[in-house]
Amino acid sequence: MKRLFPILSVITAALLAYALYEALVVAPTERTMGDVQRIFYYHVPSAWTAFLLFLVNLVASVTYLVRRNPKADALAVVCAEVGVVFCTIVLVTGPIWARPVWGIWWTWDVRLTTTLVLWLIYVSYLVLRRFSDSAQTPVLAAVLAIFGALDVPLVYFSIWFFRTQHPQPVIGGGGSLDPRMAHVLLINWLAFSCFAFLVCWSRYRLELMQREIEEAHAMESLAGTGVAAKASMPLGRSSR
Amino acid sequence: MNSVWAVTVATLVKDIRLEWRSKDALNSMLFFSLLVVVIFSFSFDPTAEESREIAGGLVWVAFLFSAVVALNQTWARELRNQVLDAYRVSPAPANSLFLAKAVGNFFLVSLLEAVMAPLFIVFYNLRSLGPSWELIPVALLGTWALVVNGTFFAAISLRTRSREIMLPLLLFPISIPAVQSMVEATRIILAGDGTARFWIILLLTYDVVFTTASLALFQTVLHAE
Repeated sequence: MKRLFPILSVITAALLAYALYEALVVAPTERTMGDVQRIFYYHVPSAWTAFLLFLVNLVASVTYLVRRNPKADALAVVCAEVGVVFCTIVLVTGPIWARPVWGIWWTWDVRLTTTLVLWLIYVSYLVLRRFSDSAQTPVLAAVLAIFGALDVPLVYFSIWFFRTQHPQPVIGGGGSLDPRMAHVLLINWLAFSCFAFLVCWSRYRLELMQREIEEAHAMESLAGTGVAAKASMPLGRSSR
Repeated sequence: MNSVWAVTVATLVKDIRLEWRSKDALNSMLFFSLLVVVIFSFSFDPTAEESREIAGGLVWVAFLFSAVVALNQTWARELRNQVLDAYRVSPAPANSLFLAKAVGNFFLVSLLEAVMAPLFIVFYNLRSLGPSWELIPVALLGTWALVVNGTFFAAISLRTRSREIMLPLLLFPISIPAVQSMVEATRIILAGDGTARFWIILLLTYDVVFTTASLALFQTVLHAE
């Protein structure tokens, strides 16, 4: 497993470089929007990756509540954190693209608002995890993740009732996307997914290590020996 | 089922009696929302026409903020003398505890709304152009929407550091669709601008979904260790 990590890192770096080249050079320039449309190759893959990570977070949260497996909880934390980062990229690139194309930075349209609310819910999830440092944190966070997932369809319907400005999804929404653009988009999505997976993986290992260290500290203070004197030992054991 | 009702009613009566004697939550909530009303009317000073458009938002934001004051005190009382721990080890069903707390908060916030609504009408010169009776289901469903999640998240934030700050941080993002429905429904009714049916149905859905979720998950939260 550990051997796989550097290999995957190299593959991801190569993919990201190739995707960048494809998006900036190979992809045809859009007729009406011009070069600014190229932000599409970052905006959309980030959104898909963020939604995928939030979905994994939900599944991991439910699994944790059912099985009480600490690894599911670690996976949930990791997906929420990385998902918030990708969701932030979506929310930042969106206005940059919207300003020259729509003439406005932001509009309370259904997809924008749903994404923003999703981001808010997951930020509150991370705040809850930060503010609660007891053993109950995983349960409380998992419950919040379920509430958040229930909330999202309601947000969607409440905004959908207003007029929508955002274009229909180009994939599966009946839109006509140039096949070359679709190709670049999918390569970018693959690169972003690999990158997200890589970040999640190292963060997941970090999370498990951190928990191991905390556990070792707790055991040591239970055993009555000096934590400070032996603090280096568990650290040394869990590093590679 | 009988024991669920018995415990619910007993807890509810106990809470209402305690609140009636101290009036802590009620007084702080009333004064807080009075302050919000006064500050809002300084800040906006609208004409009668404008106030119809914005009153929905002002009213519900004021009630949302004031409700948080009461919701924060929901469980704090049970922490003294380890009452909550006693609850956990007792055979009383967890959901009846939750229901009693939620219904108690519902009474409190409804009372607040009943007292504050006339003040809003006076300060903002409100006169409804639509069917004003529709405001009653909006108020009832909206209050339950705030209170059911508020009670639940208050139980979650109880386990965190600086829990008074934590409650709004958890409650507000989840409450966005409910708040939007209340505000839109109120605006439509006040301005006589079509029908508010969609928003009332959405509120009802929100209430059903989150009441079910709270009842399904409250035991997990109460016994979280």
